[in-house]
Amino acid sequence: MLVVASESAIIATVNGVHDMGGMDGFGAVVPEKNEPVFHADWERRMYALATSVMGAAQVNIDEFRHAIERIPPARYLASSYYERWLAAAEMLLVERGVVTREELLAKQDASIDPAWIANAVANRGPAPIKEKSGSKPPRARFSKGDRVRARNLNPAGHTRLPRYVRGKAGVIARDWGVFVFPDTNAHHAGTKPQHCYSVSFDARELWGKSANASSRDRVLIDLWEDYLEPIAAKSTARSIKKRKK
Amino acid sequence: MSDHHNTDDSGPAARVKALEALLTEKGLIDPAAIDAIVDTYETRVGPRNGARVVAKAWMDPAYRKRLLADATSAVAELGFAGPEGGHLVAVENTDRVHNLVVCTLCSCYPWPVLGLPPVWYKSFAYRSRAVSDPRGVLEDFGLELPREVEVRVWDSSAEIRYLVIPQRPKGTAKMSEDELAAIVTRDSMVGVAKVEAPRT
Repeated sequence: MLVVASESAIIATVNGVHDMGGMDGFGAVVPEKNEPVFHADWERRMYALATSVMGAAQVNIDEFRHAIERIPPARYLASSYYERWLAAAEMLLVERGVVTREELLAKQDASIDPAWIANAVANRGPAPIKEKSGSKPPRARFSKGDRVRARNLNPAGHTRLPRYVRGKAGVIARDWGVFVFPDTNAHHAGTKPQHCYSVSFDARELWGKSANASSRDRVLIDLWEDYLEPIAAKSTARSIKKRKK
Repeated sequence: MSDHHNTDDSGPAARVKALEALLTEKGLIDPAAIDAIVDTYETRVGPRNGARVVAKAWMDPAYRKRLLADATSAVAELGFAGPEGGHLVAVENTDRVHNLVVCTLCSCYPWPVLGLPPVWYKSFAYRSRAVSDPRGVLEDFGLELPREVEVRVWDSSAEIRYLVIPQRPKGTAKMSEDELAAIVTRDSMVGVAKVEAPRT
C-alpha cells in the first residue's frame, strides 16, 4: 500500500509512536536463531535503494528519518522495518516530484486499488534554505560533569529528543563535538551546527525508584545543546528537596 | 510480534520492484550499484568485523587503549569504515559495568563493525524496554546480572554508534587472536550476551 501524502505529510508532529523508549506492552524480545541478513529479496533491494532514493529526492538522513516518523502511527506499528523504509522512500520521491504516484502505481501490480491514487494529495517538501558560509564552529556551552536538564520541548516536526528524558536531570558525560542539528536539518531550516553531548541519567531519575534497576544503573543518551538547559547548584539542591517531599 | 516480517504479503515486493524499475528508467540509479551494495552487506560487512576488533583489543593492550580513545580510527586500522561508522565509540564491559546499546527512536547500529541489525534489535519490544527495563531485556536473552553490576544503556539518539567490548571469558588464555575472534558473537557486542569460552 502506497503511503500517500494526505495521510502522512500533515501528521508531522514530534510526539509520534516511533519514540518508543519506556513504552510497555510489546512483550518479550525474541531473537531469531541463525537469522539471515535479509528475510526476502525485496528487503535486499529496498535496503540498497535507500541511499539512491535519498540522492534522487535530494533529502538528508534527518529528512529520511522524519519521513519514517510521518507514517501514520497505526500503519507504523503494523509495518516491518523495511516496509517503513519503503513507505518513506515513496513518500519523499513523490513529495519532491521525482516520481509521481501514478508512475509508481502504474509500475506495480495491476491489482492496485485506484482509490489509493484518488486519496493522494501532491505535497512538496519545503524549499531548501542555504547555509551562511564562513561561520565559526560554535563554542560548547557545557562541559563534562555539568548538571543539566533535558528541556521539555515538543516541537512540531522532527527531533531526536525522546520523551522519556524531557524534563529529567542528568550530567554531561562527554562532549562529542559539533554536529548538524536534526530538528532544523530535517526541515531544510538550516544545519544549525552545535555541540552534541553524551548525557548520563540515573535510571531512577527516569523511571522512578520502583524500577527494576540498581541505584547505579544509568542511561546515556546523546543530546544536542539546544535540548539542554543548565542546572545551577542552588536550584539542584532545591529540586532534590522538592522531589523528596 | 507486530514488527515481524510478513512473508504472505506480496505488497512490498511489488512496490519495491516498481520503485527500482522507475528509478532505473529515469536514470537515477544503476542496478549494478544496487547489486554491489546488497553483496557488501550480505556477505562482506557483518559482525565478523567487530569480532576481529574485539579479539585484537583483548590481545593487544595498546590497541585496546586506542580503541577506547578513538574507536573510529582504531576500527579503520583493521580496514573497517563506511556508512553509520563515522563516529564510532567503544564501551568496555568489566566485572563492575555492563553496557547495552539500543536506538529507541529508530534502529541506529554500527554497520561497519556489526553489519545490519537483526530483527530483534529493530523490534518494538527491544526499542521500548531496553532503556526502562534493561535487566528484564537481558533476562529475555538468558543473561541475569547481579545487582552490584552497573548497567549502562547507550541510546544511540545522535550520530554516535556504539560497539560493546565484551569481557574476555576465563579459560581462553592460550587462544590465538583468530580463535578468539571466532567466539565473539554479535549479541555480545550489542551487550545482550556474554562471550562464552569454547567447551573443551
